[in-house]
Amino acid sequence: MVTQPAAASAQARELAAYAAAAATPDPELPMLTVADLGILRAVTVTGEQVVVTITPTYSGCPAMREISADISGRLNRAGYRDAAVRLQLAPAWSSDWITAAGRLKLAEAGIAPPAAAPRHSGPIPLTLGRAPGPACPRCGSAQTQHTAEFSATACRSLHRCQECGEPFEAVKAL
Amino acid sequence: MSTEHDSTEHDNAGHDSAGQDNPYDLLGDDHDDGHRWAFGTGFTDPLEGVDTTVRADVDRDALARYCLALGDDALIYSHRLQQWVTRMPELEEETAIANIALDLLGQARMLLARAGGILGRTEDQLAFFREDKDFRNVRLAEYEDRDFAELVGRLLIFSTWRLALFEALSSSPDPVLAAIAVKGVKELTYHRDYAARWVVRLGDGTPLSHERMQNALTAIWPLFGELFVPEKDAQTAVPPGTAALAGAVDAVIDTVLATACLDRPGGVALAGVSGRAGRDGVHTEAMGYILAELQSLARAHPDATW
Repeated sequence: MVTQPAAASAQARELAAYAAAAATPDPELPMLTVADLGILRAVTVTGEQVVVTITPTYSGCPAMREISADISGRLNRAGYRDAAVRLQLAPAWSSDWITAAGRLKLAEAGIAPPAAAPRHSGPIPLTLGRAPGPACPRCGSAQTQHTAEFSATACRSLHRCQECGEPFEAVKAL
Repeated sequence: MSTEHDSTEHDNAGHDSAGQDNPYDLLGDDHDDGHRWAFGTGFTDPLEGVDTTVRADVDRDALARYCLALGDDALIYSHRLQQWVTRMPELEEETAIANIALDLLGQARMLLARAGGILGRTEDQLAFFREDKDFRNVRLAEYEDRDFAELVGRLLIFSTWRLALFEALSSSPDPVLAAIAVKGVKELTYHRDYAARWVVRLGDGTPLSHERMQNALTAIWPLFGELFVPEKDAQTAVPPGTAALAGAVDAVIDTVLATACLDRPGGVALAGVSGRAGRDGVHTEAMGYILAELQSLARAHPDATW
């Protein structure tokens, strides 16, 4: 991963920079990297400069600055002295962007991966009832109940398994 | 915390002479070049790296005024929700309200940064160093909820209106405002569903909860009409029009009220002063108290850094 930037070809350098940035963990879901989470949008190397583009999950996500500083630090340590992190708002992040590997890591950590994000044409419908909840990540039972739509962070909801009795979190479909 | 990811980076930090971790020592350390999300930290641009060029065919002043209004709605409403933290009936509702407040604060930061970029001011300057007459939020945002029924009733009205507005703003000719709106729509959908479910649960609950929910709506209703006063600075490619926006909001509210066995309150709208209201900087008495709490720290220590 730590190739000598000067010695490598431009493409190899870009791949190495991508690998360095992509390994950055999310502070609130530390089992996931920014690449798993789908918030790493692009890494470009122009001459000596690396520009990393990330997108926030939620508007108020307080982790963005931590992530940005962590990415810069990792690039610096990988030999890229001139690293800039930029935000991109559009297209807006969707939980559908969490990779298959990311979903597996979430489930292994006891957090149910998100269902498919809702898609709308026309006005967004009001939802007074609740769709069936996610299966329990511990015992696999589908008999689960919603405890709360909002949990310890903006991106997660709270559930309880009626089979094994354990509470668990799920990443919200967005 | 960044320290959890790379412990080798701070070999000497947080260890006392006996070599044991002392978390209190870590608090004073600067782990990431002084970047912390708080007033005075230099973390001042939530649109960092975003192309903020204003298109030539967009009226810059109107765009700034409009983003300021939408940003103020979110900032003041978020503050009102933050005041409920530690006072909610259940821990689950506590996290819900804190999360909704955080979403709105995030929207406020981006909108104030959009306005500030045009006005030559930072989001912090706009949030902490303006007086009440310069705030453009609707008066519904500053209302002080007196009980949980008012909290969820007011949130239903606010989030239903803001969601309909942001759906329209998703096709704004300003790409930054459009992007902020698209993100906001996803968040506001959760806020509206949360509030609507509680209104139904209370309205269709016990006689006491029904009565208190009905009373709450009656108390809030005078602030409803102000949301549909025509906005000359509106920044939509396809302006929904005041009537269309009101129609979309009414359809949702009426569905919730019917499901909740609640009556739509009548009564007159809260008057402005010579026709001027929140958008014109004319606020209720509550606004001064909100700003005193919101701004006092920044004003007492305008050059503070940490």
